[in-house]
Amino acid sequence: MRADDVAVVGGGLHAFGRHEGRTGLDMAEVAVRAALDDAGVRWADVDLAVGGSNVSGKPDSLVARLGLTGLPFTTVRNGCATGGVALATAVSALQSRRAELVVVLGFDAHERGAFAADPAAYGLGEWYASSGLMVTTQYFAMRTRRYQHEHGVSDLALARIASRAFRNGAAHPTAWRRTPWTEEEVLASAPVNDPLTTYMFCQPSQGAVALVLARGDRAADLCPRPVRLASVTQRTRRFGSFEVFSPGLAPDPWHSPSVDAAAAAFAEAGVAPADVQVAQVQDTDSGSELVHLAETGLCAHGAQEQLLADGATDVDGVLPVNTDGGCLANGEPVGASGLRQVHEVVRQLQGRAAGAQVPGGPRVGFTHVYGAPGISACAVLTADAP
Amino acid sequence: MTTTPLEPALFASLDPPRLAGSRCADCGTVTFPAATSCPRCTGQQVLAHVLPDRGTVWSWTVQRFCPKPPYLPPDGGFRPFAVGYVDLGEVLVEARLVAEPEQLSIGAPVRLVLEPAVGVDGAPAVGHAFAPVAEGA
Ligand SMILES: [Zn+2]
Repeated sequence: MRADDVAVVGGGLHAFGRHEGRTGLDMAEVAVRAALDDAGVRWADVDLAVGGSNVSGKPDSLVARLGLTGLPFTTVRNGCATGGVALATAVSALQSRRAELVVVLGFDAHERGAFAADPAAYGLGEWYASSGLMVTTQYFAMRTRRYQHEHGVSDLALARIASRAFRNGAAHPTAWRRTPWTEEEVLASAPVNDPLTTYMFCQPSQGAVALVLARGDRAADLCPRPVRLASVTQRTRRFGSFEVFSPGLAPDPWHSPSVDAAAAAFAEAGVAPADVQVAQVQDTDSGSELVHLAETGLCAHGAQEQLLADGATDVDGVLPVNTDGGCLANGEPVGASGLRQVHEVVRQLQGRAAGAQVPGGPRVGFTHVYGAPGISACAVLTADAP
Repeated sequence: MTTTPLEPALFASLDPPRLAGSRCADCGTVTFPAATSCPRCTGQQVLAHVLPDRGTVWSWTVQRFCPKPPYLPPDGGFRPFAVGYVDLGEVLVEARLVAEPEQLSIGAPVRLVLEPAVGVDGAPAVGHAFAPVAEGA
């Protein structure tokens, strides 16, 4: 660890799922206090905070509960990239020495069922929603089907992704859906948007995550196994990407912001995708993980079929993916989801995963989120040898 | 069938049905719906452009559950429907597909049709859709 590195020195998480009667702010408070305890510091020691929530309240109002210390508190609202942008904001504050000890937090508490969409908020006419085209699950299904067609990937591969997520979730104490559905059960569940079935989709849920960050020169004093944030990147879409809520698209629309964000994250960290030993890849549905595994560079297009058949993405495989069950088993509280990924990878690199631990002491981790309207955020995390 | 379009700006004509797109005078990029500037080169010299009425299915799915409002189900209630992207060569257009799932596959030839729809005010209207055509038809 170099003095000017930025490291995660503590983490806390409020269990994901449905928690009736508890607000997003309630859950965020639990997560922040757990993260402070984990780092062995007090709220009064924190000199900058960054918080994100998409729909569940004002993150900076948490100071009323945690203590009115007067610290600067930046609020981030960037859809699925909220966690990544919060992290990037915290990293630059530490690198520019505007802060010594930073708390990053994210939370959300969504209603049940698919996200409802407002066409005007996306610059679309009312006709788009009233005629039944403004449905996110349709997009994921059409992207998946086209990807399967172009790269020769089977429906069984989609089922293997979901089944592995639920297997990992079943072993994880803070995951939401913990029934280890088999591949047959996933395939036999009711179709939602063909080729995707009910158990191939995640659900909106509730949860909160907080992390404590410090520079490398202080990290070792605060944490026996600090984890370096080697890079944090965010990108928006370029012309020719295939995004949700698109009444029209450019021909051959595969230029995803995930490709740009991941390539930048690896380049900035000086790490190759092949070096990754534990990964979190956005899996709002099985098809999304399928596509993102290749878009991030973790495997070649079409190689997923064999990797999944070989168990390579299992916890004890060569490329463990979504070891806490990902969005499929945790649901997606949008503001918390990206930080959940980072929290899980930090624990894996520290050798103290709450669920199934990747064997062999992994030292390089990667996280990826993707969302509307064509944004992606990625991070590379590394740990020194013990 | 009524011929009040769900959204008039989507159509260059209703009889025969043709969709209204736009074409960038600088780089030739075609967009649907018609845009006021070019998403590729950011140019603002954008001209009206009538889209081809035939293409092939680029991808598709079936909407199996009733979407949340502001979706407006037809009289008689929601019934599953097919949706897809149609490759018109110069642009892909998203639309409902007037077809049973068994008739659909990537690459299948389709043509533009008008389909009964529920207007935003609840009155009968027509929207754009694509329907399968026999090869060579
Ligand atoms: Zn142009």
